[in-house]
Amino acid sequence: MRKDKYANRKYIVYGFFVFVGIIFLIRIFYLQLYSDEYAFAAENNTLRNVVIYPPRGLVYDRKGKLIVYNEAVFDLMIIPGQAKSIDKIAMSNLLQIDTTEYNKRFAKARKYSSRKASIFEKQLSKKKTAFLQEKLFKFPGFFVQARTLRKYPYANAAHLLGFVGEVNQRDLKKDKFYVAGDYIGKSGIEKFYEKSLRGQKGVQKLMVDVYNREKGAFHNGKFDVEAVNGKSLHTGLDIQLQAYGEKLMQNKIGAIVAIEPSTGEIIAMVSSPSYDPNLLVGRVRSKNYTRLLRNPLKPLISRAVISSYPPGSTFKLAQALIAEQEGVLFPSTHYVCHDGFTYKGLHVGCHHHKPSIDLEESIEISCNAYFCNVYRSIIDNPKFSSAEMGFRQWRKYIMNMGFGRKFGIDLPYEGKGNIPTPEYYDKYYHRGHWNAITTISLAIGQGEILETPLQLANQAAFIANEGFYYTPHIVAMVGDSGLRNAKFAEKHYVGIDKKYFRPVINGMERVVENGTAKLAQIDSVIVCGKTGTAQNPHGKNHSVFIAFAPRENPQIAIAVFVENSGYGGTWAAPIASLMIERHLKGHIPQKRKWLEKRMLEGNLIPKNEK
Amino acid sequence: MRNNRLVWRDLDWVMISIYLLMMFFGWLNIYSAVYNPDNHALFNFSLRYGKQMIWIGAAIIIALGILLIDPKFFNQFAYLIYGIHLLSLVFVLLFGKEVAGSKSWFQIGSLAIQPAEFVKYATALALAHYLSQLDVKVNNIKTTIIAGIIILIPAALILLQNDTGSALVYVSFIFVLYRRGLSGNIFVIGFVFVFLAILALLLQSIAQKLILLGILFLILSVLYYFMRRNISNALKLLAVFVVLSGFVFSVDYAFSKLQAHQQVRIKVLLNMEQDLHGAGYNVYQSKIAIGSGGFKGKGYLQGTQTKFKFVPEQSTDFIFCTVGEEWGFLGSAAVIILFVFLLIRIIQVAERQRSTFAQIYGYGVASILFFHFTINIGMVLGLIPVIGIPLPFFSYGGSSLWAFTILLFIFIRQDAERMKLL
Repeated sequence: MRKDKYANRKYIVYGFFVFVGIIFLIRIFYLQLYSDEYAFAAENNTLRNVVIYPPRGLVYDRKGKLIVYNEAVFDLMIIPGQAKSIDKIAMSNLLQIDTTEYNKRFAKARKYSSRKASIFEKQLSKKKTAFLQEKLFKFPGFFVQARTLRKYPYANAAHLLGFVGEVNQRDLKKDKFYVAGDYIGKSGIEKFYEKSLRGQKGVQKLMVDVYNREKGAFHNGKFDVEAVNGKSLHTGLDIQLQAYGEKLMQNKIGAIVAIEPSTGEIIAMVSSPSYDPNLLVGRVRSKNYTRLLRNPLKPLISRAVISSYPPGSTFKLAQALIAEQEGVLFPSTHYVCHDGFTYKGLHVGCHHHKPSIDLEESIEISCNAYFCNVYRSIIDNPKFSSAEMGFRQWRKYIMNMGFGRKFGIDLPYEGKGNIPTPEYYDKYYHRGHWNAITTISLAIGQGEILETPLQLANQAAFIANEGFYYTPHIVAMVGDSGLRNAKFAEKHYVGIDKKYFRPVINGMERVVENGTAKLAQIDSVIVCGKTGTAQNPHGKNHSVFIAFAPRENPQIAIAVFVENSGYGGTWAAPIASLMIERHLKGHIPQKRKWLEKRMLEGNLIPKNEK
Repeated sequence: MRNNRLVWRDLDWVMISIYLLMMFFGWLNIYSAVYNPDNHALFNFSLRYGKQMIWIGAAIIIALGILLIDPKFFNQFAYLIYGIHLLSLVFVLLFGKEVAGSKSWFQIGSLAIQPAEFVKYATALALAHYLSQLDVKVNNIKTTIIAGIIILIPAALILLQNDTGSALVYVSFIFVLYRRGLSGNIFVIGFVFVFLAILALLLQSIAQKLILLGILFLILSVLYYFMRRNISNALKLLAVFVVLSGFVFSVDYAFSKLQAHQQVRIKVLLNMEQDLHGAGYNVYQSKIAIGSGGFKGKGYLQGTQTKFKFVPEQSTDFIFCTVGEEWGFLGSAAVIILFVFLLIRIIQVAERQRSTFAQIYGYGVASILFFHFTINIGMVLGLIPVIGIPLPFFSYGGSSLWAFTILLFIFIRQDAERMKLL
């Protein structure tokens, strides 16, 4: 090999190696032996991640009253890996359990993880917590974790508010946010707004010595993550009106839905029978839940948005509007009724009244024959080549009005009701073998047609607005930003020109003034309403009433549904008018107290279901 | 006399012993890093230590295989090997699998291969082959440029994969060039630029930067005073000043072109930012883990920081943490000294080669290992920004372990042949 004049450069290279080696040795000397900034754990301290649960968002009503808040409770947690050489008997005595139970709980926690904390005892009382905390130093691996429980100062609106409960396996799998033992909204707005309400968990890193004593925050909390509080929900609900509605509906089965027509906000939404939301909180929850679930009157069902009923005569309003828009009905159109509608052997009965009436009168007295004719004129409109085409056009209007489909209300479950399709009749009667007469019961809101109380109330709302509605919703604002939920700001037009509402509204005014719902009259307020009586093959008819008031600049649109109570004018209309009066005036005048009393005392639950 | 038979006693058992020792100690620490007291079956191949056991077994088989190959093969086919590996880099860019923002993996069944790891030894081979040709001298410009191209092609391809750390490794070949005659000024220049870059970043305002330039001007003036004072030298120094001024003012711009996470990592190191839940957290936790080890360490499997998964990438890039926490100052010093010793041994062995190819290749091996050692441990100790490259023979991962094994054993094989060369 040739002489290499660069041979000495190897020493420079060695120099680099040794230099870096020495720098590293100095550095580890500094980190491990000199500086104590990094050496906290040399004394066998351990770090504990304490999860800070943010308070769940609060819920307010439309007047700013707090209707859901939180109360602190404490869980006893265990980290099985750190809980070695524990005096099991002493711990069992503290918790008033036996050692078999202790072993069972320990094994369960151990199975979940030996390093992560699990709940050992849920929701300790404050007294017990204070007592336990003093003794915990004897039990390494045990500590107390604060959580919050929901509280409801008004025992109302249970169906809307929903409840929270512990996460199940499905929740855990779906969202990594949760760990076992966490709470999650299970129904109502608690479920729908879960992501806004829950906030963000924080983490506090604590140093703990071998005796389970907290030695303070790790590095002054430099690595802690702050919890972010859940967002508040500002609802359109009037909790006092809600409470009043629930009282009026006591001992009755049914629903009330009241909407503010100018916003779509739900002012009150009663499903009866109801229950106290405080029953489904904390340790008593599962016991009470089972009890409510087994109740034959099914108090857990939110009838106002899920159950569907035949709308009865309230549906005549929709028929009139469609027929006017289609140009087959005018305010002056007269039909003759002799105790009902008769066509080739088919007969739809009607009560006795003067034989020839116009549109407004027909609404006032709720004439069945008149609307059978109206319905026929829509379906058999000569501009269509078949009854099916006419039916399709009719159905389009109906769906546009929000019937037969979900609105997308801010609740996890919503019923659709039912508007039959042409395909349904094709199957039933064969194609081309059905027409206005075979489906005539639809004319008066009977037969296959079903609506939810919410859809019914929305009908009152879009009539009050003369042609449009806002998606009905519970929560007006999420958080305290003052911004309204943009999702619900859109106007939905129902496809009926404004001018066609006038005769219908006139008719509704006459219903209350002089027609089927005189009990709904309120002093100095013009109430526009329509009664309905839904035939019930299983028992007494259901009583229905929809209304809005005042006539000018309407503040409230309402639907009331009382099962098995007979005529709409007897129960549903008075209840609706009391709700309206309470909402507009804030009280019920002396003059109408007798009616209020009768409503409150009425017991309409069928004997065999009690 | 030429005899291609491998003679076992000709092997350098010092390097082989250190290699085996490091792999074994590395595995112990990987086991500890992923150790879970709830589930610690030794042969659990779904966990990292179980897999690493397989990688180590395969690495030993690869090492034996290399020892059985005719050593001349690597010299003669150096360019071919280099070319094939460059192709693999192109293919991975086209068909590779993206993991954590880098498109640098081939997925073959359950095995993920990172071609960039293997290109290092191929580049060392190509460079050694080129520089060992008789007519090649590094002190001329043409040679430097060709050598530079050999080094920069793979670096550029790896940069395209968004794997900055692996691309930076190619800087280390400077040592090879230096040994073959490249001016030592390269280190001075490199140092000056790194130093100025850091200052330029720290001095945020224009005024501060102007002061820095004033000081630079002063230093260059003093330099001029001690040099032969003539026009030529004055112009040279002025040119240097202009270049450095331009550099100082372009650092911020260049910095802003880095990726966000890279900017943060550099800022964290320079104490300009804390970022305690991101990059700063990793480094801080890593320092705590090491610092808490104290003199003797907490004992094997007793580390608390590592058990709570405070340190991310525990078994790969941050494996040295586990050493620091559980084996203390004694263990970490031992690892550092063992590395320095291995590096020095490689150079010693390189220097005793009669074949220029083997000698240059040896320097390539030492350079690559040195770079990984410096960057990885420097990062874990919080001395260098976080750059994700593995610690040779220690970190978890099949590709890197096999690549380092091939790198080292080609050299050991060359060395075993040294007596037979005339």
